[in-house]
Amino acid sequence: MCTVCGCGDEEHKHEGHGGNTRQVSVETDLLARNDAHARDNRAWFERERVLALNLVSSPGSGKTHLLTATIERLRDRLPMAVIEGDQQTRRDADRIRQTGVPAVQINTGKGCHLDAHGVGHACEALEPPRGGILFIENVGNLVCPAAFDLGEARRVVVLSVTEGDDKPFKYPDMFQSAHVMIVNKLDLLPHVDFDMDACIEQARRLNPGMEVFQLSARTGQGMEAWVQWLEAQCSGRGAISDGQELETLRQRVAELESRLQQAGLMKS
Amino acid sequence: MSLAREVLHILENQARLQKFSRVHAVTVTIGPLAAVDGPALHFAFEAVTQGTLAEGAELHMEHPAARGCCRHCGHCFTMDSWLTPCPHCGGPAQAEGGQEMQVKDLQVSDEGMRRR
Ligand SMILES: Nc1nc2c(ncn2[C@@H]2O[C@H](COP(=O)(O)OP(=O)(O)O)[C@@H](O)[C@H]2O)c(=O)[nH]1
Ligand SMILES: [Mg+2]
Ligand SMILES: [Zn+2]
Ligand SMILES: [Zn+2]
Ligand SMILES: [Zn+2]
Ligand SMILES: [Zn+2]
Repeated sequence: MCTVCGCGDEEHKHEGHGGNTRQVSVETDLLARNDAHARDNRAWFERERVLALNLVSSPGSGKTHLLTATIERLRDRLPMAVIEGDQQTRRDADRIRQTGVPAVQINTGKGCHLDAHGVGHACEALEPPRGGILFIENVGNLVCPAAFDLGEARRVVVLSVTEGDDKPFKYPDMFQSAHVMIVNKLDLLPHVDFDMDACIEQARRLNPGMEVFQLSARTGQGMEAWVQWLEAQCSGRGAISDGQELETLRQRVAELESRLQQAGLMKS
Repeated sequence: MSLAREVLHILENQARLQKFSRVHAVTVTIGPLAAVDGPALHFAFEAVTQGTLAEGAELHMEHPAARGCCRHCGHCFTMDSWLTPCPHCGGPAQAEGGQEMQVKDLQVSDEGMRRR
């Protein structure tokens, strides 16, 4: 074993260990920067009374389809907006815009997950859907998006019955961090070998509080329960009184006026 | 990849703060419940440090134990994954820590960079 660095590898070169090297302490979290951006995003969502949802899944589980089906049902009831994360193409954002809801596409290129910094910039291009929902469709991947907080209020993991009922135990990092599990493509259940109870049991073992919705984005079966849950989540947020809203506006106006005065553009 | 880039970013920051020019070894602490794959981080670290102050640096990983307590019987035990069952009753655990990912310390020097 290397006595200098304590590693167990006897083969490795010891260049740099001897002589005038010194040890410095660092103790910095790898996710410190992302977490700082996530905190900013979260504060912004709360200030604007936006329910932000981070949708994660394997590729092809039906996230975009679920979003268009959800938007159709909620369009007249809640303001909504979508951030679409994909490695390539703007196709999914186009699919969302066809529903009449604003969408911003983030192309991550080789990156296999969204991060809080990218989401923060995407938000600059959006009018916040106050009192409503911002859906963030993450890149199709159940591995590293687990580590990257985007500032969302709820993390929603989508899986489809064609993927196998042991997904939660295969991707425990993701499922333990999700608040909601959607089992999609319920219309295909008769054609596949998928044990719904086993899947839900695995998910709840990782997170006993997991909300579960079984639905088909294609046929609409089970969509109503999901949509009602979304509305209930927003009603808490929308309940801020007009008085409070006026007060925030007044504060903001006062702040802007004082800045204008400082800049000498306005007489006091 | 992006976590390895984050490690490099931390090294570059520290080089300015703690005034060194070369990194020879990096110790990271990765909890057993952290959402990161050790071998992948090793590989990515080697790739992203090419041509930087940390080119060729060793990456050492420490894996502190994670503790959890059974949600059914309350017994506490060491978890090495999210799936570790309670040794008493087989119940699921509530984790306490174990998700940390941290650059802990470095072996550094002031020697000039070997090559760019
Ligand atoms: N049978 C069936 N197919 C679905 C359902 N939801 C989505 N799909 C199909 O699954 C494929 C992937 O859907 P998409 O929304 O692009 O998945 P994403 O990659 O998670 O955004 C598409 O061909 C959809 O038409 C569903 O409920 N039932
Ligand atoms: Mg999609
Ligand atoms: Zn060594
Ligand atoms: Zn990734
Ligand atoms: Zn920026
Ligand atoms: Zn127990």
